[in-house]
Amino acid sequence: MDLRRVKEYFSWLYYQYQIISCCAVLEPWERSMFNTILLTIIAMVVYTAYVFIPIHIRLAWEFFSKICGYHSTISN
Amino acid sequence: MANPGGGTVCNGKLHNHKKQSNGLQSRNCTKNGIVKEAQQNGRTHFYDKLIVESFEEAPLHVMVFTYMGYGIGTLFGYLRDFMRNWGIEKCNAAVERKEQRDFVPLYQDFENFYTRNLYMRIRDNWNRPICSAPGALFDVMERVSDDYNWTFRFTGRVIKDVINMGSYNFLGLAAKYDESMRTIKDVLEVYGTGVASTRHEMGTLDKHKELEDLVAKFLNVEAAMVFGMGFATNSMNIPALVGKGCLILSDELNHTSLVLGARLSGATIRIFKHNNTQSLEKLLRDAVIYGQPRTRRAWKKILILVEGVYSMEGSIVHLPQIIALKKKYKAYLYIDEAHSIGAVGPTGRGVTEFFGLDPHEVDVLMGTFTKSFGAAGGYIAGRKDLVDYLRVHSHSAVYASSMSPPIAEQIIRSLKHLMGMDGTTQGLQRVRQLAKNTRYFRQRLQEMGFIIYGNENSPVVPLLLYMPGKVAAFARHMLEKKIGVVVVGFPATPLAEARARFCVSAAHTREMLDTVLEALDEMGDLLQLKYSRHKKSARPELYDETSFELED
Repeated sequence: MDLRRVKEYFSWLYYQYQIISCCAVLEPWERSMFNTILLTIIAMVVYTAYVFIPIHIRLAWEFFSKICGYHSTISN
Repeated sequence: MANPGGGTVCNGKLHNHKKQSNGLQSRNCTKNGIVKEAQQNGRTHFYDKLIVESFEEAPLHVMVFTYMGYGIGTLFGYLRDFMRNWGIEKCNAAVERKEQRDFVPLYQDFENFYTRNLYMRIRDNWNRPICSAPGALFDVMERVSDDYNWTFRFTGRVIKDVINMGSYNFLGLAAKYDESMRTIKDVLEVYGTGVASTRHEMGTLDKHKELEDLVAKFLNVEAAMVFGMGFATNSMNIPALVGKGCLILSDELNHTSLVLGARLSGATIRIFKHNNTQSLEKLLRDAVIYGQPRTRRAWKKILILVEGVYSMEGSIVHLPQIIALKKKYKAYLYIDEAHSIGAVGPTGRGVTEFFGLDPHEVDVLMGTFTKSFGAAGGYIAGRKDLVDYLRVHSHSAVYASSMSPPIAEQIIRSLKHLMGMDGTTQGLQRVRQLAKNTRYFRQRLQEMGFIIYGNENSPVVPLLLYMPGKVAAFARHMLEKKIGVVVVGFPATPLAEARARFCVSAAHTREMLDTVLEALDEMGDLLQLKYSRHKKSARPELYDETSFELED
């Protein structure tokens, strides 16, 4: 029962996406082309985030801690 | 003040109606209405009437999604045009001939691009053929398309008893034949159908004279003249009234017939912001102070063109202020009451009665018989010398064939019905039923949370949809539920403000309106259309300005 409601909710959400992005008025081949391109872009964004964000956060943390450390050594 | 044709009973009911409407308005004004004038002492002066209208702004994410939707549609449009150009896809639209390829292109501007790529995809929601009288219920012919709306074919089936929320049938007089239309049958037997002449030659019948006298009596003016077509009344008579050296001040959202008439006349046209008296006053001051552009001579005539009820916005013109301005700056006023005659006002006599003003203060009263009277044609009414001048000089009188006799008889019958001259009060009841239906419908829609434009007394109700995908989905779903609606998109409205326009009718019963409202509720939840947050409108209303001095 719960699974059916979740499925209904997702199909309603997909329908909302379709009417907001005009997929509802496009022909089927245009629709699949648009969905493919959108999923590709989202996949690339997710992959980039997964690979690079931890490294960027670590670098930023080191940079700022070096600045604060430098500042504290100066004031001493 | 308005004087209905009935006796004291009518008068008594009229006063109650007015009080009731004022009470409702003061309750509504705590919501998102823009309250213009405050209610003062008990004397019913037209300034006491609260003008409650709202033009709420949509939330930001809605506008972002709307433009995004149009952007995606445009991208796919470019893709399809590219494919059509290079022959990968067959082109069904109009193109130039092979010999004309090097000429200046005919079909490349935005309008044609929009028509080919965006309008074609959802074209099945417009031009739907019907096969019955456009009463409260009507029959729609079913049609399908095999190639994505480039061509249609009829399946042969008919969708019966669709609730009609789109026809301009405000008083419910556009209905099938019934016994009260017997006089039309008699006129048809005596006069036939065609007139076969123009007014100047042999096309003036005694039916026309009877009709014109009746129209003048209905509107409480000196004289009137009727024409065969409403659009042609505007476009052919404005050139007869103004010419070169005159100034026309026309509202931003005027109908095409007024714009065409103004352009044909050759006068200078200046536009003021929709229903905005400050903008109009600024233009009038500039016109009076600076005169004509190069020679600085005074303008020969200044004509203000407004409409009674604007059909795309549902707003009612701010008539008292415009008449005050007109008297102050000595300009002439032309009101197009196409949607307001018969539909607005306590006895259906239009915006002048709605505001309690004297119709003699408006110079030219124009209207059509298409909307509230179930016929076709238009009229121009005013002082006798104006109408006599038009009888001689109007293009429509010289060249267009005059009104057909059965149609004239239908209008005569409707006018007599409305004025109570046929011995019943049914006409007045229709007007009051329309007002009740209008208020109920608008109030329920606002409670549900939709964004509705316009004055709360106007029977034209635009419901904002914004996104092009939702426009198509809305119209199709409503037809599946057997409710016929009219949706309007880009060229008729601004790009981002697509809407569904409902026309409430006196023929709608409470049950029909409830059915429609339930369906709208469901649609609103399915398509997420309930955008209203009861915020104040975005249009700048400069009510706090006490002085209108403008620095140069």
